[in-house]
Amino acid sequence: MRAQAPAAPGPALSFTLNGRNLSSADGSIGAPTMRLLDLLRLHAGQTGTKEGCGEGECGACAVLVDGELVNSCLVPVGQLHGCNVTSIEGLPRDDPLLSAFARAGAAQCGICTPGMVLAARALLERSAQPSLDEVREGLAGNLCRCTGYARIYTAVLDAAAAGASPGTQAGGAPGLPE
Amino acid sequence: MKVPDDAMAAVAVAATAAAAAPRLGLLGAAVARKDAPAKILGQARYVDDLVRPGMLHGATVRTRCAGGTLERIEFGPGIDWDAFVVVSAADVPGINATQMIEQDQPVLADRCFRHAGEPVLLLAHPDRDLLRAAVEAVTLHEWPEPSPVFSIDDALAQRGQVCPGNVYRDYLMQRGDIAAGEAAAEVVFEGRFETGAQEHVYIEPQGMIAHVDAAGVLVVEGSMQCPYYVLGTLTAVTGRDAGRVRVVHCTTGGGFGGKEEYPSHIAAHAALLSLKAGGRPVKLVYDRSEDMLATPKRHPSRTLVRIGARRDGRLCFMDIDFALDGGAYTTLSPVVLSRGVIHAPGPYACANARVRGRAVATHHPPNGAFRGFGAPQSIFAIEQAMDGLARALGLSPLELRRVNMLRPGDRSVAGQPIDHTTDFDAVLDQALRESGYVAKREAFAASNARNAASGDPLRHGIGLATFHHGAGFTGNGEVVLASEARVRADVDGRVEVVASSSEMGQGNTTTLCQVVAEALGLPLDRVSQAPVDTFDVPDSGPTVASRTCMVVGLIVEQAARRLRAELIEKAGLPASGADEHAFAAACARYLDGHPRLEAQARYEPPANVQWDETVFQGSPYASYAWAAYVAEVEVDLTTCEVALSGFTAVQEVGKVVNPVIAAGQVEGGVVQGIGFALFEKVSWGGNGAMANNRLTNYIIPTSADIPPVRVFFQEQPGGIGPAGAKGLGELPMDGPGPAILSAVNSALGSRIASLPVLPEDVMAAAAGVAS
Repeated sequence: MRAQAPAAPGPALSFTLNGRNLSSADGSIGAPTMRLLDLLRLHAGQTGTKEGCGEGECGACAVLVDGELVNSCLVPVGQLHGCNVTSIEGLPRDDPLLSAFARAGAAQCGICTPGMVLAARALLERSAQPSLDEVREGLAGNLCRCTGYARIYTAVLDAAAAGASPGTQAGGAPGLPE
Repeated sequence: MKVPDDAMAAVAVAATAAAAAPRLGLLGAAVARKDAPAKILGQARYVDDLVRPGMLHGATVRTRCAGGTLERIEFGPGIDWDAFVVVSAADVPGINATQMIEQDQPVLADRCFRHAGEPVLLLAHPDRDLLRAAVEAVTLHEWPEPSPVFSIDDALAQRGQVCPGNVYRDYLMQRGDIAAGEAAAEVVFEGRFETGAQEHVYIEPQGMIAHVDAAGVLVVEGSMQCPYYVLGTLTAVTGRDAGRVRVVHCTTGGGFGGKEEYPSHIAAHAALLSLKAGGRPVKLVYDRSEDMLATPKRHPSRTLVRIGARRDGRLCFMDIDFALDGGAYTTLSPVVLSRGVIHAPGPYACANARVRGRAVATHHPPNGAFRGFGAPQSIFAIEQAMDGLARALGLSPLELRRVNMLRPGDRSVAGQPIDHTTDFDAVLDQALRESGYVAKREAFAASNARNAASGDPLRHGIGLATFHHGAGFTGNGEVVLASEARVRADVDGRVEVVASSSEMGQGNTTTLCQVVAEALGLPLDRVSQAPVDTFDVPDSGPTVASRTCMVVGLIVEQAARRLRAELIEKAGLPASGADEHAFAAACARYLDGHPRLEAQARYEPPANVQWDETVFQGSPYASYAWAAYVAEVEVDLTTCEVALSGFTAVQEVGKVVNPVIAAGQVEGGVVQGIGFALFEKVSWGGNGAMANNRLTNYIIPTSADIPPVRVFFQEQPGGIGPAGAKGLGELPMDGPGPAILSAVNSALGSRIASLPVLPEDVMAAAAGVAS
């Protein structure tokens, strides 16, 4: 476990992670230089965010910060004051992307999948009915080595067709098969 | 957990008498993957997600020189070394070598070493930052190898020595009379073809956690394809018997062959640290750059091909000299080589052929298994040579292939008869139809001429590759493995597939369950695969070689039938019309009088599959999948970029057990092949290790690079797997390289003969054509 540095003096740093308030005042945020990825995985126990390269190339650690896709391995938590951070654990269970990924066979080994789902969510927020080329462009920061991407395109386009954002469609999105 | 032999015999007898379960149509159904929800929600637990109480982190100190001798290890100042667990070769209680084909590769280098990046010293500490500082504070005093060998040509010419002769294996496969074939040939083509190393880039880096449990058992859990390989190395290295070592498979984030052999090293390292730390858990997870530096790559290759034909295109002879760069230790090179040799003649009939194959030693880190396993390299060479011969003959690449493709009644160069179930023409015809190959080839030639005349920088090209890929271990490998698997049921009628086959994304936790559910007449949700743990599951062989669905699928199907027969005979399961409730009731009745309900089966190869390794003749594979791939490219002569504009992949794979999973395998394999052809170049540093060992400068295809890949299956009968399934996981790696290079060469009118093709290669080739 990474050594927990004492909180920096000065005004408290606080932000929201998946709807929960974190603050340097109560110790739930350590050193401001800590990578968001380490805060998620090592301190918050949210291991759905993965480390694939540690240098912002693969997107396995992607999360949403105020709805924008960022690689959490490149973000020191000190930059997040007042932000809303959403990792895969915080995505609503009725998000149509989740069931669309399962239906399409878009996850194989699964290590890129949480980041890929969040990249797709960020894309659908920008463009509710993206074209195939927009999907290809929108996911280009997230590497997948198993699928060849085809089934991921299908999943994103299916989710777009199923309804824009989670919780908005009548009757809700189909749940994940258990 | 073994079922007594006499009980098994009784079950086996009963199996033949039992009626087949009702058909549910699960084989061929596009059912959703069982592992999908946990993975999509981020709940699947990979090794780096696990935290064990009191866990230390481990790190590895590696050599920097390309071989040499280790004079001294210096522990620098400023570090409280007493707070660290330190392990060197002197701490290895058993055999200091991984247990592969040879035992030449130490787990920790002692005095002599053969490559940069070789592990020497292991450190562990609770704090990862202090651990990193400690690694930096260790200095290895290395006396470097004076004349390191970094190329196949230098190794064969013995300019420098890695091991005596620099050749790990030298194989010869031949048929007919080369001299007679040469005499009959009217046109001869000769060429030299090369392929580079390729890094797997599974998105989950490798890692293991080791600890000693309360019962004194060494437990190692992690990311791997082959738990029993890991167990074999752990018992040898620690000197413990298999009853005191337990290997547990974690959710594994991609493998592609890269987690076939190297996990044994990491497991041994984690285990040595934990044993020295009194059994405390030690996590050893590589970061990306260490993973890319240290772990094996696809073997670089060079192939010399001479082939000749009559004017009508009929092949008279093939003379192929195939060589792979095995790197500094043997690892799996002998078997990668044998697969490469057997696939070197391609899917063509030739009465007079000779393939010599050598795996050579260099001072690069060892190369190893990577999807396709030698076949993508040798198939690339023969496909390019066929294009060259077609040019020399004035035939189209298609015509030359059509004349020579293996057909029922022919024998392959290995001597395997081609049976009546194979209709390769049908595969080729569909690829031509779906891609529009013939019309586009003409249209591109015309538009390229127009563009050249008008100064337009765009050129278009189309390329065809035809190939087949043998599934399962090569030759007698499956006989030697004698893989075993079990199926068991509990009192509620829940069924588990019990096998060491390891999910790494390819889908076996779904497909094996489809096979068993179908055999038992149960809905799919009643069947799951048991966690892969060597204390529970038998050795169903390594998860490699496109063998899992085909070979292990066959074994678990047999075990399921035996289980059903046992229930019919001893627990009153109705022989027909039994649903899941009747099944559960029968399980409950059976378990009332028996301690467990379980059936086992072992692989028995088909009687006609015989292989003589000494002369490389016979039937090396029980089943082959056949394919024809067409690639279309657009080359911009201003930027020298090659954009893939279309890709059509038609394959015959026997029964498609799950269409979504099968298509996913092909799509993913094709894209890895596209990377091999157009993006992925391993640059070697001056010390022979990978210099661009980061995702910043080793480039794999992104979604922006990949147009929709069009995938089509044909299902001809004849596979040995469940309902006639054949292995298909590696097949799609074979075709993109040759098809794409053919397309590039046809666009440019060039003669590029190596992969990958990067813009600088296009620039040089275009300049060559212009002059």
